[in-house]
Amino acid sequence: MKILATREMRGNRKPFLYFLCFLCLLYLAPSTHAAPAPDAPSVILIQNATVLTVSHGTIEHGSILIKDGKIAEVGQSIKAPKDAQIIDASGQFVIPGIIDCHSHIAADAINEGSVSVSSMVNMEEVLNPEDIDIYRDLAGGVTAANILHGSANSIGGQTLVIKLRWGQPASKLPFEGALPGIKFALGENPKRSNFSIPGQPRRYPATRMGVEETIRAAFSEARDYKKAWDDYNKRSAAGEKNLIPPRRDLKLEPLVEVLEGKRYVHSHCYREDEILMLLRVAKEFGFKVRTFQHVLEGYKVADELAAAGVGASTFSDWWAYKVEAYDAIPYNAALMTRRGVIVSINSDDAEEATHLNQEAAKSMKFGGLTHDEALKLVTLNPAIQLGIDKRVGTIDVGKDADLAIYNHDPLSAYAVVQKTLIDGRVYFDRERDIAGRAEVEKEKKALTEKLKKAEKKPEEKKPEEKKPEEKPKQAAPTPTPTAEREGGAL
Amino acid sequence: MIRTATFHRFLHLLCFLNLLYFAAVPCTHAQSSSSNAYAITHAKAFTLAGSPIEDCTIVIRDGKIAAVGAMVEVPQGAQVIDAKGLQVYPGFFDSITQMGLSEISAVGATVDSSETGNYNPDVVAATAVSPSSEHIPVTRASGITEVMAVPASGGMDFFGGRGILGGQASAIHLAGWTVDEMLLKKSAAMVLNWPQIETETFDFSTFSRKEKPYTEAKQEYDKQVNELTDWLDRARHYSQAMEKGSIAKYDRDLKLEALAPVLRGEMPLLVFADRSRDIRNAVEFCDKQKLKIILAGGSEAYKVKDLLRSKDIPVILRPMLSLPDEEDDPYDRLLSQPAELAAAGVKFAIASFDNSFSRRLGQNAANAVAHGLAYDEALRAVTINPAQIFGLGSQIGTLEQGKLANLIVTNGDPLELTTDVKYLFVKGQLTSMENKHHRLYEKYLNRPKAQ
Repeated sequence: MKILATREMRGNRKPFLYFLCFLCLLYLAPSTHAAPAPDAPSVILIQNATVLTVSHGTIEHGSILIKDGKIAEVGQSIKAPKDAQIIDASGQFVIPGIIDCHSHIAADAINEGSVSVSSMVNMEEVLNPEDIDIYRDLAGGVTAANILHGSANSIGGQTLVIKLRWGQPASKLPFEGALPGIKFALGENPKRSNFSIPGQPRRYPATRMGVEETIRAAFSEARDYKKAWDDYNKRSAAGEKNLIPPRRDLKLEPLVEVLEGKRYVHSHCYREDEILMLLRVAKEFGFKVRTFQHVLEGYKVADELAAAGVGASTFSDWWAYKVEAYDAIPYNAALMTRRGVIVSINSDDAEEATHLNQEAAKSMKFGGLTHDEALKLVTLNPAIQLGIDKRVGTIDVGKDADLAIYNHDPLSAYAVVQKTLIDGRVYFDRERDIAGRAEVEKEKKALTEKLKKAEKKPEEKKPEEKKPEEKPKQAAPTPTPTAEREGGAL
Repeated sequence: MIRTATFHRFLHLLCFLNLLYFAAVPCTHAQSSSSNAYAITHAKAFTLAGSPIEDCTIVIRDGKIAAVGAMVEVPQGAQVIDAKGLQVYPGFFDSITQMGLSEISAVGATVDSSETGNYNPDVVAATAVSPSSEHIPVTRASGITEVMAVPASGGMDFFGGRGILGGQASAIHLAGWTVDEMLLKKSAAMVLNWPQIETETFDFSTFSRKEKPYTEAKQEYDKQVNELTDWLDRARHYSQAMEKGSIAKYDRDLKLEALAPVLRGEMPLLVFADRSRDIRNAVEFCDKQKLKIILAGGSEAYKVKDLLRSKDIPVILRPMLSLPDEEDDPYDRLLSQPAELAAAGVKFAIASFDNSFSRRLGQNAANAVAHGLAYDEALRAVTINPAQIFGLGSQIGTLEQGKLANLIVTNGDPLELTTDVKYLFVKGQLTSMENKHHRLYEKYLNRPKAQ
């Protein structure tokens, strides 16, 4: 784990702190933590807003009527039903909630890095609904996120799409009906170029040749495994008795789902050659790659990506953090879009996710996308890539009321999210957040005092060790498992 | 006559030094036009030395701003840039980067930003700045005309420790054939990474987190602070010995020698500290040692704003686009800090602390505005404030007569994401914004359709 703590990449130094903060909060938990899920009034009317529908243009002084969590009406003048809760959005801008196609929030672990095929593990099993980053990203207008396994493996763990329903239990986070995914990774990370543990032998594969063979070998096995089950099921259905079913293989099952089109492949990649490599392998085994992630050299093979009908989910302007990112350019999203690829801008990082609207805006400067095209990069396009565009991604009647409300044009660095709604519930409200801060401070202080008192009583031992304000913090950019958690997927 | 010859040699040396340090003589860059007089006309000029001037003419000659104003005449022979509908600003100054010191952060061979060992006061960033770094033109295209190359300042640097006395930061222009041509100030500040009380460390040999009790961590911290004190004491004694001419009795010590300007108060310490406790400790220490200090990082500067204000300590803030330290901090804690510091009268600059993300400097400043900072203050935080903080305020940072002509002409608000820099001047030279990213864009934009 020498590199790729994403926070550090932004000059932010504190992956380590997160772990400490987390520990600290275990016994200093302020009330935000126990925040109950907001009530859902059955009818909400958002009024006087500039509504950026993404699907059918912009409505000035527009209204959105929400009924039972769904968008019931969108238009210029909607009469408020009697029982409606009114949100006055005068001077504000409403967009479909932002969808982050590459996220590692809300998870207790990211990388099962011990083997190069770790398809047996599943992110759903490590969902942490109390991860504060859920709330922070919600405050950045994000309503859904693709929670991916890390990139230490040629074939990584199983993934899922969640909604950022802060305050709800883990079981309520998954995006209902969204097809599950699996993470693949190509290039430097699965070959462990930038990671070494002294004293440990290098893991196969250590080259891009080996990465291809690892994937091919796994799918050869998966194909045989599928055949064994297909035979068994066929004979069993034909009434054959005394059959012994094949032994279940939890590593191969998800790969069979990939072959059957029941699970999306989201593949981390950088270089043009490895992108084409995976397309060839997919063709050989008859599966589809749903999205290429990062795909920083996607602009070099945009025609091939478009022809294969595969989505590209990239960064706005990250570059040069490793060799395979040295040809990364901020024009990537625009160049691929112009050649017919469905492109999204993702975060891969809890902080980056708080301003994906701004990251999308950069594609207007770099490559000249239109306002609408830029906005699609973080709304409709990721929805299409994740197969959830019938439910979210635009402001249309019948879709989930997942919305973000800004005080300015969201494609500006001056825009601040005022409210974020999911399923018609206000999960983030800036006013409410600000108003609640004093209360959190008060509660924190009270708890601190209580803790101090409680710890003074038992025979006066090492008092300075336990004063909460003396809680040692470390700010050096030391890569840690938290870094792995955040950056391992980069 | 010997006297005269010596005097001449002395003059030569002076001229040479002058060139090195002030580089006022225009040098021709590959990226530059050869003419040395320009007039930018009909622009709206945000001079940052007064109100914006409409229909302004800016005359640039011999590397400097010769005139700024609505009534200024265009001199004969000057190359004219009609900036009707455009705006002029001082170029941005990213005051903490690893520019030229680190190319691809994951590849050790391309990284020169941090030495090994804890005490390297004698190493100087400018020594290792690569003028050919691809980061320089990429960064320049975003309107940044000068940066501080800061050793041992973190960023994407994963090689070598950061040390305690990390070396000397160099202010460089983002154009020039050689480092000498790029130099704005070779030794602008001495990096001090303030020791921290670390109860948790990560051990790569076992790939595991190691914890130690607070008391043990505190002992180590105390040991480091004592070590630092000892270094400064020894440097003081060394300086005294030098002054008294008894240096022959000592072996020459380059490290102690390098600390002399710091002890004389001529070179500020650039102290990296984020937690309020660390800031307090560092301030107290430097107070006692009578050292001039610039705080770098300052995630919790708001907690000690009165102290910073009363001691007149400026802060170079890390990007506001960062998550808060504490889980229960307001989510916008770092975004709203600049407004809070401005209200408290603390002088601050905003910096990227990075290379690849240097071009997000304006974005960060804009986000501070979105969270309450006055727009003018945001502009100042990336121009004149860092210049003044590093003692370069008389040379750069505003559009004023006599200053170096480091400026940008834009088609809008330079902090906004979609604004383009149309023209850029470094030391009075019209400088190209061509860069690796744009080259690749052009190349692949023109790729014939694949069959």
